[in-house]
Amino acid sequence: MSKLSQRHLLGIKNLTREDIELIFETADNFKDVINRPIKKVPSLRDVTIANVFFENSTRTRLSFELAEKRLSADVVNFSTSTSSVKKGETLLDTVNNILAMKVDMVVMRHASVGAPHFLSKHIKANIINAGDGTHEHPTQALLDTFSIREKLGSVEGKKIAIIGDILHSRVALSNIFALKKLGAEVMVCGPPTLLPKYISSLDVLVEWDVKKALDWCDVANVLRIQLERQQIKYFPSLREYSLYYGINKKILDDLKKDIVLMHPGPINRGVELTSDAADSHHSIILDQVENGVAIRMAVLYLLAGSTN
Amino acid sequence: MQKKLVLDSHLLNITLNRLCQQLIEAHSNFNNTVVVGMQPRGVFLAELIHEKLQKLVKTKIPLGYLDTTFHRDDFRRREIPAKASETKIDFVIEGKNVILIDDVLYTGRTVRAALDAMIAFGRPSKVKLLVLVDRKYTRDLPIAADYVGKYVDTLESQRVLVELEAQGHKQNKIWLVNKDN
Repeated sequence: MSKLSQRHLLGIKNLTREDIELIFETADNFKDVINRPIKKVPSLRDVTIANVFFENSTRTRLSFELAEKRLSADVVNFSTSTSSVKKGETLLDTVNNILAMKVDMVVMRHASVGAPHFLSKHIKANIINAGDGTHEHPTQALLDTFSIREKLGSVEGKKIAIIGDILHSRVALSNIFALKKLGAEVMVCGPPTLLPKYISSLDVLVEWDVKKALDWCDVANVLRIQLERQQIKYFPSLREYSLYYGINKKILDDLKKDIVLMHPGPINRGVELTSDAADSHHSIILDQVENGVAIRMAVLYLLAGSTN
Repeated sequence: MQKKLVLDSHLLNITLNRLCQQLIEAHSNFNNTVVVGMQPRGVFLAELIHEKLQKLVKTKIPLGYLDTTFHRDDFRRREIPAKASETKIDFVIEGKNVILIDDVLYTGRTVRAALDAMIAFGRPSKVKLLVLVDRKYTRDLPIAADYVGKYVDTLESQRVLVELEAQGHKQNKIWLVNKDN
């Protein structure tokens, strides 16, 4: 079967393992395409895609835009700072206005949890969630697991530690869903205040000591402290966080085995990762960015192809 | 399912040898020629011909696989998106004579997509098309093969089935099959 079970990519939670594997196989081919001298294929020639970003983003928007352009889609960009949202327009009105201009797909980021799910019930276009609040960020989880698969051969049976601000992280939640579906063992590690209360329902290991987590894992996915989402103080200071949870080259070198270091970006250098760790041979951070384009091309291709 | 044998193993071998001789006639020492098989089924035939050619001319000839999925013109017109296969061309096509190989030539749309896809690897000097079976009177586009194993008269309701040992079949055979029953 070479069709996704979903019309939209709202979250990893709704995907099956077969869906994820199909996306990976398609992304393998696109990774080959973007490494050619001519990086463009005409697949989405008659498709128009709107990138609707109600929240800031550099990497994800750029990555989606590149993916769309390399598939020859027509792209329109929209961000709240320059739009009528400031004038009080509702989400549904905004998107319906965009769709009235004959847009086939919407890539959306929104600060509210469930915003793309809400839209998917009201509009006909395919929706791709590029991050909704603290909920899900499916393409990031797909590119993270794809990068693990590329580096270690497979995801099944591998031990992945997700370290940092789990509470505010949509990357963490999507990653947990994706990793569990692919048969990996998952551990989350962070200060108790930054671990969500529902964590026990996700069937993952919980560790407070970052050194123990690093000793256990094959791959460490280190997350950024999302100060912009923290209304109250969850830990005394960034310096203290960095002292207890920051990862540097010495910690990595002292481990018994080589582990793979990942980060979804943007890195706060000196807080969760020091520069010498982020730039060490452990790190596959830039591979993640490259794979991001291939994964997004695969998702766009598979969703656009099954409209009719 | 009604099946009619078009070529058996023995005749197919003769045909393949003839195609190789024709290629040698046109490309003599193959010093500027590459062989490209079209995914998914053309690659088995390309490998067969490539092996025979190398034995006959005793030089190394570059062999690549080309996938046309992302260049097809029926995207969004099919029930499910076409599944891609690997493209593996680790040489530059720029200025080369390309022998493009597929098993069956039907509407010509895959060949059009292949010509499009090939440009990503450079501008070939010449492209020649070799097919094992040419279905007559079925072309949607003005495309013709330069080297043909066998011309076959077919109906729209029929399908040409190429079974090669390399694909896991017992014997090399080509069939004409009625689609409906």
